Amino acid sequence: MAPRILIVDDEPNIVISLEYLMKREGFEATAVADGDAALRALAGEPADLVILDLMLPKVNGFDVCRRIRADPRWGKVRILMLTAKGRETDVARGMRLGADAYVTKPFATRDLVAQVRKLVGAP
Amino acid sequence: MLQGWVIVTVSFAYLGVLFAIAYTGDQRAEAGRSIIANPYTYALSLAVYCTTWTFYGSVGRAASSGVGFLPVYLGPTLAVALWWYVLRKIIRISKAFRITSIADFVASRYGKSQLLGGLVTVIAVLGVIPYISLQLKAVSSSYTILRHYPQIVMPAKAEALPFVQDTALYIALILAAFTILFGTRHLDATERHEGLVAAIAFESVVKLLAFLAVGAYVTFGVYRGFGDIFQRAQELPPLRALTTVSGGGYGTWAFLTVLSMLSVMFLPRQFQISVVENVDENHLHKAIWLFPLYLLLINVFVLPVALGGLMLFSGAGVDADTFVLTVPMAQRKEGLALFAFIGGLSAGTGMVIVETIALSTMVCNDLVMPVLLRLDRLRVGQRGDVSRLLLAIRRLAIAGILLLGYVYFRVAGEAYALVAIGLISFAAVAQFAPAILGGIYWKGATRAGAIAGLSAGFAVWAYTLLLPSFAKSGWMPTGFLTAGPFGIALLRPQELFGLSGLDDISHALLWSLLANGGAYVGVSLIGAPSVAETTQAALFVDVFRHTHATGPSRIWRGTAPVGDLLPLVGRFIGPERAREAFLAHARRRGAERLEDLPADADLVHFAETQLAGAIGGASARVLVHSLVQEEPPGIAEVMDILDEASQVRAYSRELEQKSRELEAATAELRAANAQLQQLDRLKDDFMSTVTHELRTPLTSIRSFSEILLAEPGIAPAERERFLGIIVKEAERLTRLINQTLEMAKIESGSAEWRTSELAVDQVIQEAVEATGQLFREKEVALSLACSAPHPRARADRDRLIQVLINLLSNAVKFCAPRDGRVEVRLREVDDLLRIDVQDNGPGVRPGDQETIFQRFRQAADTVDGTSRGTGLGLAISRRIIEHFGGRLWVESEVGKGATFSFVLPREAPAPGATAAEAGR
Repeated sequence: MAPRILIVDDEPNIVISLEYLMKREGFEATAVADGDAALRALAGEPADLVILDLMLPKVNGFDVCRRIRADPRWGKVRILMLTAKGRETDVARGMRLGADAYVTKPFATRDLVAQVRKLVGAP
Repeated sequence: MLQGWVIVTVSFAYLGVLFAIAYTGDQRAEAGRSIIANPYTYALSLAVYCTTWTFYGSVGRAASSGVGFLPVYLGPTLAVALWWYVLRKIIRISKAFRITSIADFVASRYGKSQLLGGLVTVIAVLGVIPYISLQLKAVSSSYTILRHYPQIVMPAKAEALPFVQDTALYIALILAAFTILFGTRHLDATERHEGLVAAIAFESVVKLLAFLAVGAYVTFGVYRGFGDIFQRAQELPPLRALTTVSGGGYGTWAFLTVLSMLSVMFLPRQFQISVVENVDENHLHKAIWLFPLYLLLINVFVLPVALGGLMLFSGAGVDADTFVLTVPMAQRKEGLALFAFIGGLSAGTGMVIVETIALSTMVCNDLVMPVLLRLDRLRVGQRGDVSRLLLAIRRLAIAGILLLGYVYFRVAGEAYALVAIGLISFAAVAQFAPAILGGIYWKGATRAGAIAGLSAGFAVWAYTLLLPSFAKSGWMPTGFLTAGPFGIALLRPQELFGLSGLDDISHALLWSLLANGGAYVGVSLIGAPSVAETTQAALFVDVFRHTHATGPSRIWRGTAPVGDLLPLVGRFIGPERAREAFLAHARRRGAERLEDLPADADLVHFAETQLAGAIGGASARVLVHSLVQEEPPGIAEVMDILDEASQVRAYSRELEQKSRELEAATAELRAANAQLQQLDRLKDDFMSTVTHELRTPLTSIRSFSEILLAEPGIAPAERERFLGIIVKEAERLTRLINQTLEMAKIESGSAEWRTSELAVDQVIQEAVEATGQLFREKEVALSLACSAPHPRARADRDRLIQVLINLLSNAVKFCAPRDGRVEVRLREVDDLLRIDVQDNGPGVRPGDQETIFQRFRQAADTVDGTSRGTGLGLAISRRIIEHFGGRLWVESEVGKGATFSFVLPREAPAPGATAAEAGR
C-alpha cells in the first residue's frame, strides 16, 4: 500500500508542484490549504506523512504540529516542515515541537523527495 | 533729721556713683576690656524690667488683690523659656544688620520702611509715656513722703500745686539732664552703650538689696517671720481673701501673663537692653535662669510687706503703694527708709534712663532723620560733621519725652494706681508682637500688613485705654464712657461691642490684638510683597542659615570710592572712629591702606552698616543711596541674592536639580534604547517578511523548473501549464521586488515625487484603460460617473495612476466572473475631491478593514487562488494618497461588496483655467 502524504500549504502553485512530485514517486497525495482543514483531514484518514507549511491561515503550522504530537491516535504520523521561514530559531522551534524534518523554501526537488522517502521508509 | 537737703544730697551722690560706673564702663570698653561682657551683667541689666512699679506698686497691688501682682512676673518667667528660640533669633538679626531699636527692627524687616519705623516710634512714645509718668509719680511721691519724716503724710494732689512747687517737674528735669549725660555723652553715636549697661546692672543690685532689706526687716524685724505674718493675716477676714486667687480672677491672670510675656520682649528699654546692648548671644544661656531668679527674689517679700503694712496702718489712710517706704518710717528706721527711697529712686531712674535713651534713638533715627533727609536739610553732599546734630536731636527728644511724661502725670496720673498706669503701656507695646514675631517666622508678611496691623491695634488701644484714662482723670467728659460715643452703647470704649465682664486691660488687650493680628495677617495675605520686602523677609526669617556664611543683604549693586564714603560716615559717627572702622575693614579684606580698598558694593554695604548703627537702617539706606546712585536691584538680582544668602538651600536645590536631570537623561536613554530595539525588531520583521514573500514565488519557479528539467518527456499540456505558472510567479516576483523598493523609498523619504496640477478625471480614464483587459477577461462590468465640474488636484500623475490601478485590479480580482460590477465615482465634497471604487465582491470583514492597509497583510481568506497580491499594494497606495494630503479607506459589509475611497485636496479653479481647458 502506497504511503499516504498530506500536503498542507496555502500557496496553490506550490501545492501543484508538491502533488506532482509525490504522485511521481508513487505516493498517494491529498492537499489542504489551512491548519483547520489539515486536522480534519487527519481525523478522517490518518496520513503517513504531513508536509506542513508554517504560515497558514486559521491554525498555523506550529499549532498543527503541536496538536498532532499531543494526540496518541497520530503517534506514527511523520511531519516534514516545509516553510519559507528559514531562521535558525524557527528550525529549532519546529524540531522541538516534534517535527521529523525541516526543509526551507525554495527547496531542491531532489532533496525534498529524498527526505520524504526516508521518512516514509520507502526504498 | 531727714531734711530735704539730706535726701537730695544722698540722691545726687547715688546718681553720681551710677555716673561713675557708666564712665568707667565706657572707658574700659574703649580700652577693649569690657566689664559687661559676662552673662551676669547681662542678666542683671535685664532687671531694668523691674521699675518703681515693682518696687512700690507690687505691694500696692498685693494689698488690694493679694497674689494678683504675680502675673506680671510669671509672664516674663514663661517668656524666658522661649528666649533661646525667639530672642536669640532677634539678637542674631539685630547684630547682622546693626539694628538700633525696636522701630529700626520692624522697619528693616519690612523693606527698610521709613513709614513703618515712624509708626512704631509714635506708638512706642505715646504708649510708654504713661509708664514714664509712673516713675515720676513714684519718685516724687516717695520724696515728698520721706521729706515729712517722721510724720507719715500722703502727698497732695498734684493739680493742687503750682508747677514751680511740683517736685515731679524737677525730678523730670533732673532725670532728663542725667539721661542726657548718660546716653548722649559721646560724639560717636553708635548703637551700644557699655557704660550704661554697667550702671543699670548696678542699679538692679541696689533696688534688689533695698527691697530685700525692707522685706526682711518687716518679716523678721517687725514680725517674727513669714508664718507669723500670714497667721495674723488669716485672723483678719479682709486680709484672708488676699492670700487666695479670688473667683473669676483667672481670666485676668491669663491676660496679664500674656501681656507681660510680650512686654518683657517688646518694651523699648527691654529691646534696648536684651537685644541692642547684648554682647554675646550665648549670654542668654545664663540669663534664662538668672533673670527669673531675680524676679523671684524681688517678689518674695511682696505679700509679707503688703500684709504687714495693712495690719500696721489699718484704717490710717496710708496708700499701700507707699508701704515699702512708710513701714520703715513708721518704725522710725530712718536709715532703712532712706535706703528704701534710694532703691525706689534706683528703680525709677534705671527705667527712665534706658527707656528714654531707647525712645530718643527711635525718635532721632526713625522720625526726625527721615524728615530731615527728605527736606535735605542735612545737605548731604555739603555740610560737615552732623554727629553733633544727631546728639542734639536725641537730647531734645529725651527732654521732650520726659516732659510729656510729666504732662501725663499732671493730667491722668492721680486717677490710677502705679500698676494700672504701667499696664496701659504694656498693652501699647504688645501691639508690636504680631509684626515682630510674624516678621521673623513668616516670609509672607508684608509691609502693608504690618502697617495695617499696627495702626489698627494702636487705634483700638488708644480708644479703649488711653482715652478712658484721660476721661477718668476728669480731663475729658466721661459721658462717652458710660453711654458710648454719640450714645451708641455698642461702642463704649470699655465694653466694646457689648463685651463686658473683663477688666479694662484684658478687654483692651483682647480687642487690640484681635484687630492688630487680623489686619496684619489679612492685609499680608491679600497683597504681594515688594522686591525689597522679599529680600528682607528671607534674610530675617532665615537668619540662622546665612549669618556666618555670606553676611547680610547684598541687595545694592552700586559702588562708591572710599573717598566719598569715609567722610559721609565720619560726619555721623565722628571722623576718627570712622577712620578706624574703615581701616579695620580694609585689613579684614587684605588691604594695607584705605586707598587700596576696592570701590565695590561690599564697601558700600560696609558703610551702610556703619551708618545704620548710628542712625538706623532706613535712614542709612536713604543717605548712602543719595551718595552712591546705585542701580535699583531687579528681580533677577534679588533672586541671585536670595540664592547666595541661603546657600545651603541653593546647594541642595542644585543637587536635587542635577539628580533630576540625571534621572531624566537615564529615562531618555532607556527610551531611546527601547526605540532602537523596536526599530531593530521592525527591520528584522520586515526583512523576514520580505524574504518570506520573495521565497514563495521562487519556490514555485524552482520547483517547476526542476521538474521540467528532470522530465523532458512530460506531456505537452502539463508542460504548458507548468511553464505558465513559472511565468506568472516570475511576474509576481518582479512586482514584489518593485513594490518593496517603492515602499522602502516612500518610507525613507527618498522617493521622487513629480507633483503637478492634474485633471483627476483624465487620470481615472487612463487607469481604467490600463486595466480594461482585466475586466474584459473576467467579464466584469465597469461604469464611470464624474460629477465634479473642476476636478483638479496636485499630485504625481504616475503614482496616482498606480493607486487607481491597484484599487481597480483589487476590485476586479474579488468580483465574481460575469456577475461582477465595479463602479468608479468622482465628485467634489467641499474643498476635496472624492474618488470611490465600489465592487460587488464578498466584501471585507470589519476586523480586516484596517489590517489590509498594512504591509504584507492580506485579508485571511480572500484569495481566489490564481493571482495572489503582494500584500503591499494597499499599503503603498495609502502612503501615496497621504503624501498628497489626502486619505484612503474602505467601507464594506460582508457579502455586499466593498467601496475603497480616497480624497485629495481640490485645487481652486485658477482664473483662465476654464478657458485653457476649453481650448484643450
